[in-house]
Amino acid sequence: MAILSKDEAQTILRKVLSFSTADECDATLNGSTGGNVRSARNSISTAGASDNVSLAVESRFGKRAGTATCNEFDEATLRRCVQRAEEIARLAPESPEYMPLLGPQAYLDGNRSFAAATAAIDPDYRARQIGASMALCDQKKLSSAAFLNDSVGFVAKRNSKGLEAYQQLSNITFSVTVRTPDGTGSGYASGDYVDAAKFDAARFTKIAADKAASSMKARAIEPGKYTVILEPNALLSNVDTSLIGALMQSLDARNADEGRSFLSKKGGGNRKGEKMFDERVTIYSDPLNPDISDLTFSGDGRPLQRTTWIDKGVVKNLYASRYWAQKAGIPDLPRPNGWIMEGGTQSTADLIKGTAKGILVTRLWYIRPVDPQTLLFTGLTRDGTFYIENGQIKFPVKNFRFNESPVIMLNNIEAIGKPVRLNGNLVPPLKIRDFTFTSLSDAV
Amino acid sequence: MRGLAESTLHFNHMKRRDFVGLTGLAAGALFLPSFPSLGGISVDPARLLEPGADVIVKKRLADAGLNAAKAAGASYADVRIGRYLNQSVFTREKQVQGIASTESYGVGVRVIANGTWGFASTNIVTEAGIAKVAQLAVQIAKANSKVQKEKVQLAPQKGFGEVSWKAPIQQNAFEVPIKDKVDLLLSVNAKALDLGVSFINSILSQVNEQKYFASTDGSYIDQDIHRIYPSFGVTAIDRTSGKFRSRQALSSPMGLGYEYLTPKAADKVAGPSGSNIVGYKNSYDMLEDVAAAAKQVKEKLTAKSVTPGKYDLVLDPHHLGLTIHESVGHPLELDRVLGYEANFAGTSFATLEWKAKNIPYGSKIVNIVADKLQPGSLGAVGYDDEGVKTKQWNLIQEGRLVDYEKIRDQAHMVGQKESDGCCYSQSWQDVQFQRMPNVSLQPGKAKLSVDELVKNVDKGIYIAGNGSFSIDQQRYNFQFGGQVFYAIEKGQITGMLEDVAYQANTQEFWNSCNAICDESDYRLFGAFNDGKGQPSQSSAVSHGSSTTRFNGVNVINTARKIG
Repeated sequence: MAILSKDEAQTILRKVLSFSTADECDATLNGSTGGNVRSARNSISTAGASDNVSLAVESRFGKRAGTATCNEFDEATLRRCVQRAEEIARLAPESPEYMPLLGPQAYLDGNRSFAAATAAIDPDYRARQIGASMALCDQKKLSSAAFLNDSVGFVAKRNSKGLEAYQQLSNITFSVTVRTPDGTGSGYASGDYVDAAKFDAARFTKIAADKAASSMKARAIEPGKYTVILEPNALLSNVDTSLIGALMQSLDARNADEGRSFLSKKGGGNRKGEKMFDERVTIYSDPLNPDISDLTFSGDGRPLQRTTWIDKGVVKNLYASRYWAQKAGIPDLPRPNGWIMEGGTQSTADLIKGTAKGILVTRLWYIRPVDPQTLLFTGLTRDGTFYIENGQIKFPVKNFRFNESPVIMLNNIEAIGKPVRLNGNLVPPLKIRDFTFTSLSDAV
Repeated sequence: MRGLAESTLHFNHMKRRDFVGLTGLAAGALFLPSFPSLGGISVDPARLLEPGADVIVKKRLADAGLNAAKAAGASYADVRIGRYLNQSVFTREKQVQGIASTESYGVGVRVIANGTWGFASTNIVTEAGIAKVAQLAVQIAKANSKVQKEKVQLAPQKGFGEVSWKAPIQQNAFEVPIKDKVDLLLSVNAKALDLGVSFINSILSQVNEQKYFASTDGSYIDQDIHRIYPSFGVTAIDRTSGKFRSRQALSSPMGLGYEYLTPKAADKVAGPSGSNIVGYKNSYDMLEDVAAAAKQVKEKLTAKSVTPGKYDLVLDPHHLGLTIHESVGHPLELDRVLGYEANFAGTSFATLEWKAKNIPYGSKIVNIVADKLQPGSLGAVGYDDEGVKTKQWNLIQEGRLVDYEKIRDQAHMVGQKESDGCCYSQSWQDVQFQRMPNVSLQPGKAKLSVDELVKNVDKGIYIAGNGSFSIDQQRYNFQFGGQVFYAIEKGQITGMLEDVAYQANTQEFWNSCNAICDESDYRLFGAFNDGKGQPSQSSAVSHGSSTTRFNGVNVINTARKIG
């Protein structure tokens, strides 16, 4: 049931709109099916499966809007759902930020956001993958904890103004933490794909196992400002706030215009057009990128297209709600899903080779905002932190707490490596000077 | 699809994001059907007042699940039929941004077969539907048992027969007309705008869990749980300097009804003289707090930037609750201690080996208890989600670690015979597991007011409200901010400070605990979004304490300059 074809979905949505008596009506079907398996101490701990399709109907009378949802699709249920949305809309206060629904839109063609191999995953596949991960750690006498999650889904939209959209998506995500039996070493690796054919749990497990073994018995070195090589997992996370993720979450035009963002300008307005980062920093979004193909439309039906956000260090565009874009007279750009930070050709290993003195950071953790004025964040290194000298990893070091802003960090770039996919984005390892570590942690 | 895991991660992470992220609720909801504190399908508000299924019906349905599980080969089974109701009103300045009312109804069946857990759930709440998922749960358990290394050992639990528990609320918040809630929030906003703040967001959330639990131990437990959370955030902006500061409400989510929003003088606790802080116990004066917030947020724009160094910290309960949560509540979760959360939230410094060494966790005056009982707390229930009657127990006594937080399948791992009763699932469709109970610092036994506490501080900082928070994956090193900071010099509050955060190590910090105010100052702090597990689940938890002093803590200055 979970993956409706375009025709099946639009047939339901047409029926929904035919029941509407409101001024405007917007209907979205959203379905996904998938499963997960979790391990700890080299043994499966839990496993689950989910399967659901839900319909959301938004009805509007003038500037009043109401939403209702259901997850059964017989005629009587659909009719009740539309009626309920209309009842809620009649009771709602008028929205001063009302925008009429969008009419027909042209969306990018040729997305590759769905892969048959991911749709074909069954419990045996999951058991095999996580089994290989556990076996590798059993063999090396290390302890692993891992999580594998896969899903395929679709989104279909239709509204009374003639807008129509449909797309299928698939995703597989894996993460693994490997620890040494004496508790003095820990390593981590994670990855995600549209297409499960590219996925191999053992490959990630081996990376985490090597990190665990080589991070045993770390030495303490003084906190302070260091040149660091931040691996992609230190820049972006699918389970935590992250430095580059937070930066991309902060490009909202309204917050900047209202004076409560690092992009607000003294005296009013925002800093769009200003060079705020090193000129090697370029970040754009592109839902057709073959490695991170994603939805070509946003929740409110706006097209998602290739958009440059930071161009050679200059803030090029800010995203906004439709209301704010109109009010501020700026391009009507929705927030992107995935994004791409441009980089070079060097791997993390190449970056290490070119480093006289520095610290390799596998991962940053428990990252929280400290001061939104400067986008200052705090957090800690985790699961493999190493001292580099003369182009070589010399020894593991104890974890640090950092206090740093991505705005400052992206002005202190020494080198940018080759981007890799992480959490639906492409992010390169970065070599940064003067990264601020403020204290030591005994955590492994 | 992507990003859902991130949104539910650990403690409080969602809080500020709820504020901004859910504002465009109508559009946003479409892509977030499983938002943790707004689960379920959206419904007419009146629907939330309709009664759930009768216990006689629920017992019949549950028996269908238990019998089907046993027939399929389960040695143990439990059935949870849950109806989860949520309502939230969101506003900013003079406008309502969204009103959401949701209902989620379904059943989850958990079984042990071949010594292995299995779980399955469905929203088809019929005898046939429940029997089918019971069989599926057994099938999953049997499949997983093939790769299982150790059999589940469940601590024995006697059946309670047919029993019920209701949260002792005075006014069901769902019965209060939405118009009254909107009027309250808009009057709070109006007051803040009158007092010159630049922006205000306000929110009122309420939750009702109607849970029915039945197990093969012979329990049939019907429970009715209520929670409420009013909050706001005000922002002041100095356009000329480009500086902005915000101050969040000093309210707490509570296990109470709408009576929490009727202020009572007896529930107000003044902070130290010169601080302009008021703390709240079992009722909250939202209009009073927003007036204080408006004044304080403007003061923050020009407050002195802190000089880094060692200070004696005086922490108010709204602030300290979060520090307790992170540095005591989490490290004592037995599943973390044993490595079951290693790939997500992490492990713990407080291992069984560490405990055996009898190293002091804190100073002699530190006594910390766990409970699922405190009236008005978020953790309070009659029975947990695996049919164990709730209780209070000691975690830290006179500075020494004496026990952990554990459930039925963990008790044997530390040589104990019974569960602590702190098993919880966020909904019918997620499997229940060990979650943090209320974890509270006991008030000082000798009479001590906040003014008496401050009087003896030579160089210190008083911190009210919780702010930025971060702690490592084994709970050693942490850094906390706050909402408002006051300098203490020679026993007097001398003025407001800004850019304050303190960094400490859990054991050093608790060993530096020097004085605790008496029980007249004791109150609860709480949060709705404590995240744990993969896939991540949210749970609600409270932490009680009195204002407490910690000596010689390292304070950093968080101000930076960007180009």
